[in-house]
Amino acid sequence: MPLDQSFVGRSYPPIAPYEVGREKIREFAEAVGDANPAYTDPDAAKALGHPDVIAPPTFVFAIAFRAAGQVIEDPQLGLDYSRVVHGDQKFAYSRPVRAGDRLTVTSTIESIKSMAGNDILDVRGEVHDESGEHVVTTMIKLVARAAEEG
Amino acid sequence: MAAKISYDSVETGTELPAQSFPVTRATLVQYAGASGDFNPIHWNEKFAREVGLPDVIAHGMFTMAEAIRVVTDWAGDPGAVVDYGVRFTKPVVVPNDDTGALIEVSGKVAARDDEARTVRVDLTAMSAGQKVLGMARATVRLA
Repeated sequence: MPLDQSFVGRSYPPIAPYEVGREKIREFAEAVGDANPAYTDPDAAKALGHPDVIAPPTFVFAIAFRAAGQVIEDPQLGLDYSRVVHGDQKFAYSRPVRAGDRLTVTSTIESIKSMAGNDILDVRGEVHDESGEHVVTTMIKLVARAAEEG
Repeated sequence: MAAKISYDSVETGTELPAQSFPVTRATLVQYAGASGDFNPIHWNEKFAREVGLPDVIAHGMFTMAEAIRVVTDWAGDPGAVVDYGVRFTKPVVVPNDDTGALIEVSGKVAARDDEARTVRVDLTAMSAGQKVLGMARATVRLA
């Protein structure tokens, strides 16, 4: 059964703040093999005009995806996560994520589409820092493939 | 933000230095730990085959993280990236050997915005002869 269109526009409560640590950024940068000193050396980051080390552009996905879990696991929405693949991913930054940030994410169902039996769900995540300033908007497109017949 | 590339030095069609990123099973285990994405399709061959995949595949977000390095290494300041989006079109299949897979990424300036002093870079990411990302675009603010 296709997902209920009336869920479009529904927002979920913001997650508890995620505190971005220097060592977590370092761990992530090492995992993607990126030696850019802006990720690990506060002086190098400052030389570029940042108050502390910054995170690679896709670092914030893990935080946004955790927040999107509220949507994915909403029993009323009824998404079958065993059939879900990640279709598209977008980020729109006001500024880079940096060490010391305490980030909250508010997830909203941006759109629900049904195509050839697949459910396509766009979840927008608005990421703000402790002072309420916007940091980044994330857009996660999830595709739940049609259930097999039989 | 302090990109090292001057806006005025860049034209539509300017090619960014291409890069190749190797990915092995060990890379995927390390990325799983760092990102918190422990989906077994990224490390368990038996599970991957059971759900219809040819073998273990890389995290889409890993490929996305590698592709933007062509832009951030070029611009100098990763904080100069204004937006970034991709479509996951084909999986990066990672065999269980010492070589693994290779993600080859190139980028080209596709549009300029004089007012914002930003450029849009269109990225191409290939693995095993297949395009693994679609609509891969980043906007970056230049000096």
